[in-house]
Amino acid sequence: MSTLLDVERLEVGFAGTSAVRGASLTVERGETHCLVGESGCGKSVTSLAIMNLLARGGHRTAQRLTFQGEDLLKLDDRGMARLRGNAMAMIFQEPMTSLNPAYTIGSQMTEVMRRHKKVSQRVATDRAADLLGRVGITAPGLRLGQFPHQLSGGLRQRVMIAMALMCEPQLLIADEPTTALDVTVQAQILRLLAQLQRDLGLGMLLITHDLGIVARIAHRVSVMYAGEVVESAATAQLFADPKHPYTQGLLRCVPVPGKQRQDEPLGSIPGTVPRIGPGFQGCGFRDRCSFADASCAHTVPHQTAAPGHDYLCRLAP
Amino acid sequence: MSAAVSVNAGPRRGWKSASTWIGAVIVGLALFCALFAPLIVPHDPFAQDLNRRLLVPFWMEGYNPEFLLGTDQLGRDYLSRLIWGCRISMLIGITVTIVSGLIGITIGVLGGFFGGRIDDAVLFAITTRLSIPVVLVALAVVGLLGTSMTLLVLTLGLLLWDRFAVVARSTSMQVRNLDFVAAAWCAGCSRFRVLTREVLPNIASHLVVVATLEIALAILLEATLSFLGLGVPPPLPSWGLMIAEAKDYMFFSPWVIVIPGVALFVLVLGINLLGDGLRDAFATRSRT
Amino acid sequence: MLQFLFRRLIVALLVAATVMTLAFILTRLSGDLAISIAGPNATAADIEAVRKAYGLDRPVLSQFFDWVGRAATGDLGNSYFFQTRVSTLIAERMPVTLTLGLTGLSIALLVSLPMGILAAVRENTGFDRAVQMIALIGQAMPSFWLGLLLMILFGLTLGWLPISGTGSWEHFVMPGIVLAFSAIPALTRLTRAGMIQAMGSDYIRTARAKGLSRASILLKHALRNAAIPVVAIAAVQLGFMLGGSIVIEQVFALHGVGFLAWESIAKNDFPVVQAVVLVLAVIYVALTMVSDLMNAVLDPRLRA
Repeated sequence: MSTLLDVERLEVGFAGTSAVRGASLTVERGETHCLVGESGCGKSVTSLAIMNLLARGGHRTAQRLTFQGEDLLKLDDRGMARLRGNAMAMIFQEPMTSLNPAYTIGSQMTEVMRRHKKVSQRVATDRAADLLGRVGITAPGLRLGQFPHQLSGGLRQRVMIAMALMCEPQLLIADEPTTALDVTVQAQILRLLAQLQRDLGLGMLLITHDLGIVARIAHRVSVMYAGEVVESAATAQLFADPKHPYTQGLLRCVPVPGKQRQDEPLGSIPGTVPRIGPGFQGCGFRDRCSFADASCAHTVPHQTAAPGHDYLCRLAP
Repeated sequence: MSAAVSVNAGPRRGWKSASTWIGAVIVGLALFCALFAPLIVPHDPFAQDLNRRLLVPFWMEGYNPEFLLGTDQLGRDYLSRLIWGCRISMLIGITVTIVSGLIGITIGVLGGFFGGRIDDAVLFAITTRLSIPVVLVALAVVGLLGTSMTLLVLTLGLLLWDRFAVVARSTSMQVRNLDFVAAAWCAGCSRFRVLTREVLPNIASHLVVVATLEIALAILLEATLSFLGLGVPPPLPSWGLMIAEAKDYMFFSPWVIVIPGVALFVLVLGINLLGDGLRDAFATRSRT
Repeated sequence: MLQFLFRRLIVALLVAATVMTLAFILTRLSGDLAISIAGPNATAADIEAVRKAYGLDRPVLSQFFDWVGRAATGDLGNSYFFQTRVSTLIAERMPVTLTLGLTGLSIALLVSLPMGILAAVRENTGFDRAVQMIALIGQAMPSFWLGLLLMILFGLTLGWLPISGTGSWEHFVMPGIVLAFSAIPALTRLTRAGMIQAMGSDYIRTARAKGLSRASILLKHALRNAAIPVVAIAAVQLGFMLGGSIVIEQVFALHGVGFLAWESIAKNDFPVVQAVVLVLAVIYVALTMVSDLMNAVLDPRLRA
């Protein structure tokens, strides 16, 4: 496998707050990489920063940010637009509002292909219908002529997925694609994503706060906390041997049938994610960590537990 | 993401508060002129003197220091007439707003608070009112019944209640559904008490903003009607009437229409700036 | 949608009926019309003759129903002064007023849309503040005064444009600008607010994630949605502009419907006054319905 996306020490700031503080992660070709963490830890901002889609006022810096070996930091708006929707595509958390209410599904789907590939409207329409069928939408021809408000949330998210696949991207970034959907629909969409990833050999960066999803479809997991990737490992490795106290706490919060006794209380992590301003030093988790001592306010060593298993903590392995 | 919204709030807020202050100063000055006009006018604004007609204002060559803004076509002191005109503008602006406010707020609160059939009737009244051309009807009324201040105020008051009604209706509809109003119902308060003690105080800030805008609008309309000769009866120095009377001389002495026009423009602008500032201030307060 | 339109039509007819009643009451406000018509030097016999001739001796209610009945068939009565049918008079004068209104609206849209879009794109910059300042100035500008200033500037000092009359298209430039000034503040603010809202929406983020060009994002995706309320309000604004054109027609001596109404008020020509009020009200109500229809055309969510 070769590296598709390489992010090193990504920092994102919004007026007076640091949303992402030196996060690093890589996505290999054909790999599903899950980025997990609780709300406000900087997962979504990381994905938007990779695509250079930060809201106004957001500012990103990084030591390295490459996609297929191309330095994204050096690309201007035009160069980035050439990649977006083409080699790298993205789907969002809010299927209800992510489609333009004024245009038909067909017009919004073909538009992206007509922009990036030299194809006729007819070819683009055929591909759109084909992909709609592929994401499990019946009567694609009918749907192409419909407007977003005529579709349910689950269908709209399928449309978003199909639209992201129009130009055969190498990388698909999915920012909590199932959070806004009904539980039954969630499972369907996830199964669809996992299947498409396998069939098309997509590199996928899936952002979620749901460890159940991670266990089922991720090849690799990165755990984010307060703007940092605190631990990263292959999925099995991380679930079997979590090193960072935050990861450990996170795993304790997930009920595993059979492993837990009926009356045993589920774990929880006390406190909330701190608001991190510029100049913050040390480990972001120390106020909630039961192992923390004074030294945690200064140094956060980068440790390797096994090849491909890194974590950020002073605690010895 | 919410952090991104307030990035540029600093300079903007400064600019906003500056414009509010400018508005407040203009309105304050106008109120002072309006209240103390008889004491501060340098000359009798009604005294004619055909020997000193159309004297030029201070920025032009050969002005008379006794008449800083010059004189009009009948030799009346322009500054004195301007100050007196301010009194008339403010008087009409405020009284019209009181009349239209009483009508509009009553109608709007009834519709918003009770809903149902009453609200349908209120909406119909607002639609009908909006379909009536204000200037034309006001002209017709004054034209038929003759020019007088009282008639002018009543006519404009009866025509300009729509914005009060719209805002009072929508805000009281929102307030009606809030928890503390439900609590008042549960505590056994009467309809009247809920209306006056719970609803009105909570929509008052919106109504104050509307009131400032309505004062500005009434002042503009009064000037328009007076300009067309069917507003304030002469020889009262309404700014609109001053412009109308000076119109025949404007190609040779442009300042005769520039001075009252600028006064009118600045006063209306000042009231609007103050109104915008108040709206922003209320919006911030209710958010915190 | 059809049901909604039907409801609107019923409301429109009710509004028209109410305005008719109000217009009738309005003209009866001054008491005895015959005295006003006959003039100050009339004898009692003259007044009696006038009263007979104009049907003013009949009971008020029967006069009212007579008027309503005729108006429903398009007969708005006869002018006392011009001695012709009021409907003919209004039809003769309407083209001038409509030309003026449409010129004003076009100028207003040509100015407001680009200003509002640019202000939204450059939110909180100096340009944005300048646009908001222009909107405030437009709101505070007395239209008759602006008209006079333009006459001095373009008519006298520069000599570019005629200052009164209706001979050529040039006659409509200055009045059009003045009328546009009354609509520019509202339309600009609405465009700006709509664009800011649209640019912050999720579907614009999607459009950016699709790698679309800046022009396509701004003009195809954002403006299409921001324009919905603007177009709707523009139709309603046209209604207000036709009602407000009376001032501008007077200033520039344009012989349109507004000018006719002004003349008729001065001459106590009541049938004309009440008819103009009614016609303008009906046009306004019709325009609000046009605005609803345009909304439905632009916003697929309202079609169905």
